[in-house]
Amino acid sequence: MSGGDAARRSPTLGPPVLTTARRGFRIGPVTGVWRPRAAAVAAVAAVLLVVVCAVNLGRGDFPIPVTEVVRILLGGGDSADAYIVTELRLPRTLTGVFVGAALGLSGALTQAVARNPLASPDILGVTDGASLFAVASVVLAGGAGVSGLAVSPFGTPIAALAGGLVAAALVHALAYRKGLDGFRLLLVGVGISSAAVSLTTYLLVSANVQQAGQVLTWLRGSLASRSWENVVPAALVVAIGLPFALVLAFRLAALELGDESARGLGLRVDRARAGVVGVAVALAAVATACAGPIRFVALVVPQILLRLSGGSRPPLVGSALGGALLVVTADLVARTVLGEAVPVGVVTVVGAPYLLYLLVRPTRRRTV
Amino acid sequence: MTTDLTAPAVGKARRTRLRTEGLQVGYDDTLVVGADGGLDLDVVEGTVTAVIGPNGCGKSTLLRAMARLLAPRHGHVLLDGERIDRLPSRQVATVLGVLPQDPVAPEGLLVADLVARGRHPHQRWFRQWGPDDEAVVAEALAWTGTSEFADRPLETLSGGQRQRVWISMALAQGTDVLLLDEPTTFLDLAHQVDVLDLVERLHRERGRTVVMVLHDLNLAARYADRLVAMRDGRIAGAGAPADVLTEQTMRDVFGLEAKVVTDPVSGTPLVLPIGRRHRVRDDSNS
Repeated sequence: MSGGDAARRSPTLGPPVLTTARRGFRIGPVTGVWRPRAAAVAAVAAVLLVVVCAVNLGRGDFPIPVTEVVRILLGGGDSADAYIVTELRLPRTLTGVFVGAALGLSGALTQAVARNPLASPDILGVTDGASLFAVASVVLAGGAGVSGLAVSPFGTPIAALAGGLVAAALVHALAYRKGLDGFRLLLVGVGISSAAVSLTTYLLVSANVQQAGQVLTWLRGSLASRSWENVVPAALVVAIGLPFALVLAFRLAALELGDESARGLGLRVDRARAGVVGVAVALAAVATACAGPIRFVALVVPQILLRLSGGSRPPLVGSALGGALLVVTADLVARTVLGEAVPVGVVTVVGAPYLLYLLVRPTRRRTV
Repeated sequence: MTTDLTAPAVGKARRTRLRTEGLQVGYDDTLVVGADGGLDLDVVEGTVTAVIGPNGCGKSTLLRAMARLLAPRHGHVLLDGERIDRLPSRQVATVLGVLPQDPVAPEGLLVADLVARGRHPHQRWFRQWGPDDEAVVAEALAWTGTSEFADRPLETLSGGQRQRVWISMALAQGTDVLLLDEPTTFLDLAHQVDVLDLVERLHRERGRTVVMVLHDLNLAARYADRLVAMRDGRIAGAGAPADVLTEQTMRDVFGLEAKVVTDPVSGTPLVLPIGRRHRVRDDSNS
């Protein structure tokens, strides 16, 4: 029974397989674990996302068949159709894709770090804090002359980011008492959200009518009249946030065992948690700046993907793909069933019953 | 009453792995450990130390401070002669492992995943899983007899099985020094003995240095080389079980009238509490 020898057993013998649910991989110097079930779920979500995007790009006042859409995206097709697809419709769909991915990923990170399925940027005040600062940046700068688009594509994301961070810091400061209790976190988050919404309403009342109208549409969570300028910040935050998240996932694995065990494993808990929360807030805030506060995506998607994928915390890549799929599908449904004017945020409210379910279900204790 | 088990383990000079110097630890305004000048304790390589004492005496607090989970008010914890708070936490985690009193795992976490977390200090984000890790985890599971549960979620296991899995995780961490905070709480007697047998094997077969907080005095006497009795954050007695577990210590530390006899199974001291119900008869007999 000499474990040291077994531990140094030659890798050429092939590693013993603990369970088929997790498999080791090696790509050059990088090693890790992948889970067949989670990978399959992510692959299905990716395929569905491509299909829904293609359908969405074909819909509108001037319908284009899906096959034609695919041909255009691959570089062919009629030039008039190509203009409609790439210049008019693609930005809207891509904004949906990146905003949804950012929200899904943000929710997965938040729920994993708080070890609480209710923790998501929209419940914890981040989305409303970001909205408040974004609206303030539009309304208070309004005198200086904001162009036709209510939301400026670059200044607003930065304001939203600041708002999200301020809200997250406030919630954390008010809810932290030798640890983050789930329900205290939730209640403080709801309180901060309400305060942010009230202040946003005040700003709207004091704004001029034209600004208020534009901001109101944005506040419902809308992908309408998005241009490439809106795609860029959302794409950037996902492109930067996803690799960060995948690196942080390593720390999440220790963090999910609770602060004491994580410290025992050598993790600097506060730093690790701040890193994860920082990335999650940035993702949610920039997504909010690009498309307004789209609710329930960050709350519901990671939990659904967790149930589909199995495991102990929401899958990061799967949640990003699932978020993108939900937002683009919601946009498609809104435009097809409810009419062009209905913002996507109205459809994602179907997540509300799920929130109620989480609140009323019997609390299951974590295992000792 | 003394047997070879209780004889002081002098032999060759063994080095001190873990030491506290003038340690004072507290929460908020109250000092829990180390009133009057702080607490000094040496933990020698290759020994099993059990910390005993009444509720609220600071034994868990002491253990958590020794595991750098709590920062001391004053004084230091030294690991192999170096201040533990000045060593990189990850480096400490390759030498010293800790099993908290009430460890939590999220729902759905597979047993194999939990034990794999023990490899965390040996990994980096880009090197999360090598063949060595797989082998160490498989071996840690086999060692505690939990291999068959590898692909089951932790919450589907019984309390005793779960505690074996947590010990597997500590084992997979591969540390020389292991701190266990009440590893037998919530377990029935059979499973308490089961877990302590595992600790004993860790010590005997792997040469691990173990410090554990235990409630059951008789089991502590059986499984530890050295007992540390605490009261009001101070060490009230330390040494071989036969020297520490006396009728006088029971009175001073626990405020309990007790008879201490020799355990017919192990030869270690066996504490028989008297209590009010039996005190009268006991007095009339004497």
